[in-house]
Amino acid sequence: MSQYQENATVTHVEQFTATNYRLTLDCPAVAGSARPGQFVMIRTGRGKDPLLRRPFSIHQTSRDGTIQIYFKVVGRGTDILAHVKKQETLSIFGPLGRGYRLNTGTPSVIVGGGLGIAPLLFLVQENCRVKKDCTEDLIVLGARERIEIEPLLDDFRPFGIRIMTATDDGSLGHHGFALGILESMQLPSGCTVYGCGPEPMLAGLSSFCASRGLPCQVSVESVMACGMGACLGCSRPDSKGNYTHVCLNGPVYNAEDLQWKM
Amino acid sequence: MENVSLQEGQVPDLRVNIGSLELANPVMTASGTFGYAREFENLMNLHRLGAVIVKGISLHPRAGNPPQRIMETACGMLNAIGLQNVGVDRFITEKMNYLAGLNIPVIVNILGDSLAEYEEITKRLAGVPGVAGIEVNISCPNVKKGGVAFGTDPAMAAAVTAAVKNKADVPVMVKLSPNVTDITLIARAVEQAGADSISLINTLIGMGIDLKTRRPVLANVIGGLSGPAIKPVALRMVFEVARVVSIPVIGIGGIESAEDALEFMLAGATAVQIGTANFVNPRASEDVVDGISAYAANEKLTSIRSIIGGLRLDSLKDHATSSHNPVAK
Ligand SMILES: Cc1cc2nc3c(=O)[nH]c(=O)nc-3n(C[C@H](O)[C@H](O)[C@H](O)COP(=O)(O)OP(=O)(O)OC[C@H]3O[C@@H](n4cnc5c(N)ncnc54)[C@H](O)[C@@H]3O)c2cc1C
Ligand SMILES: Cc1cc2nc3c(=O)[nH]c(=O)nc-3n(C[C@H](O)[C@H](O)[C@H](O)COP(=O)(O)O)c2cc1C
Ligand code: FES
Repeated sequence: MSQYQENATVTHVEQFTATNYRLTLDCPAVAGSARPGQFVMIRTGRGKDPLLRRPFSIHQTSRDGTIQIYFKVVGRGTDILAHVKKQETLSIFGPLGRGYRLNTGTPSVIVGGGLGIAPLLFLVQENCRVKKDCTEDLIVLGARERIEIEPLLDDFRPFGIRIMTATDDGSLGHHGFALGILESMQLPSGCTVYGCGPEPMLAGLSSFCASRGLPCQVSVESVMACGMGACLGCSRPDSKGNYTHVCLNGPVYNAEDLQWKM
Repeated sequence: MENVSLQEGQVPDLRVNIGSLELANPVMTASGTFGYAREFENLMNLHRLGAVIVKGISLHPRAGNPPQRIMETACGMLNAIGLQNVGVDRFITEKMNYLAGLNIPVIVNILGDSLAEYEEITKRLAGVPGVAGIEVNISCPNVKKGGVAFGTDPAMAAAVTAAVKNKADVPVMVKLSPNVTDITLIARAVEQAGADSISLINTLIGMGIDLKTRRPVLANVIGGLSGPAIKPVALRMVFEVARVVSIPVIGIGGIESAEDALEFMLAGATAVQIGTANFVNPRASEDVVDGISAYAANEKLTSIRSIIGGLRLDSLKDHATSSHNPVAK
């Protein structure tokens, strides 16, 4: 597993909503070894404040040596990132963590909620590349409102995967949660479920899959300082009551291996 | 010969001595911020370190504190990891082989909640190949004394030092807690109890509150502050301690660059440790070695040892009136 510290040049800045942005970063070493579900740690400032790097899922990689991150402004670090300009450089460290373990022999059902959509484009990209035909597979994208999903749809369409949407306000697709779609439909038999999103959604997805005997992999978050196993700050209780470290053993886990607060 | 200036084509001598332990350069990694070193093997050249200090080891494995364990603060961070570690036996069987193969001095940081525990860990480390020194974390609560930290009481600090010294077959470095009124009292006590060197500072106790939930941010309520925010406090404490002890002092606290490290050396530190900076830049310790080397070459120093304690206070003597002026003491 190779990790790199690179100075990435910002090649593209996109703003989708008042708070949601996407950056394209030229960082060939990181891009070349990234796997779906892995993340990078990015220094948002150059000085001592904010001090620590911030973790972001790898949204997409491209053969020209770029990666994308898709993020929401929630605090100082993400606010600084939202204001970077084309051609600026950012110190990036990665790829980090264990990503999704693609089960190419079974149909894929992929579920994303809110910013949890971020790593799923990369997952779909890889899923469809390896399987060659992913028309049997399904991705369900959920968010609060239409504008959080719509700008991303064009990126998911070329792969041929079936796309369904859900919004809390009913402005696009199913009126309700992404999980509601799964509950109301017949899933491809023997499918593997992959998820990323807010903690309550993942907890729900975990129990949904457990009750139907479906294998389920989810990407979870934790506060992080180092992102690489040195600080032991990113602990989370696993199903056996031990602490697991999200940056090393995750961020993607088999849902049954984690403890969930319902 | 240390004041003779560097000749054309000569390389500065970066070696320093911590008692009987010779380091190739004054840069070590601080306990708990560098794992067991292997985590960093692809990110920097480990062989360039003066020494590596590993994550604190206790007699039995410790699971650590529940989350949330860390939070960022202005120019720093708070941590309440809870001294999670694999325990001394697994450390020796699982981690020591790799560390010994690095061919750099490996200093094992130890902790306990009783004198007997410190003693027993030291006994188990005796004779283990590759262990070059022991660093004693005395910031831990003494369970028998109602949880008061060993490092806050001169008598208890001395007792731990003597207990470890008594069983150790390698040099013993005692790591001081800054959460005391007068750090020089503790420093003198551990020196008298036989410490071969003193490292400081460990983290400063702090806390964070989440206004939205009205709860402490850390599950442990309080945690240890580290990073650039603590550097001025650390520098002052190193300066105070170096003036009152004759054993080597190792500076720790917010060091990110060669400039930071050199300031600590001027204040009296023989060597330094890099902590939180490793999280931001995994190559930080190697960058500091490079920077110190470049500084020495630039200043034409034959040996970096010539700057240890080289802080100039001469012109201050005339103004030594305030009780806060260290020169007036
Ligand atoms: C493995 C991993 C992958 C991630 N991927 C993405 C991504 O693709 N897109 C994205 O927008 N965000 C992602 N995050 C979350 C992102 O790291 C945080 O939103 C970011 O660190 C906040 O930084 P800040 O300085 O803006 O906020 P801060 O000022 O640090 O915090 C502001 C608020 O955000 C909350 N917050 C801080 N860190 C986190 C966190 N790790 N998770 C949830 N809330 C947090 C704080 O509690 C606080 O309320 C990911 C987190 C992890 C651990
Ligand atoms: C996450 C974390 C874990 C730490 N664990 C230990 C430890 O196990 N033993 C110890 O003596 N010090 C420990 N420390 C303290 C550091 O070694 C160091 O003394 C302190 O962080 C100050 O240096 P810095 O500002 O360069 O980080 C830890 C610090 C941090 C941030
Ligand atoms: S973030 Fe430091 S160990 Fe996971």
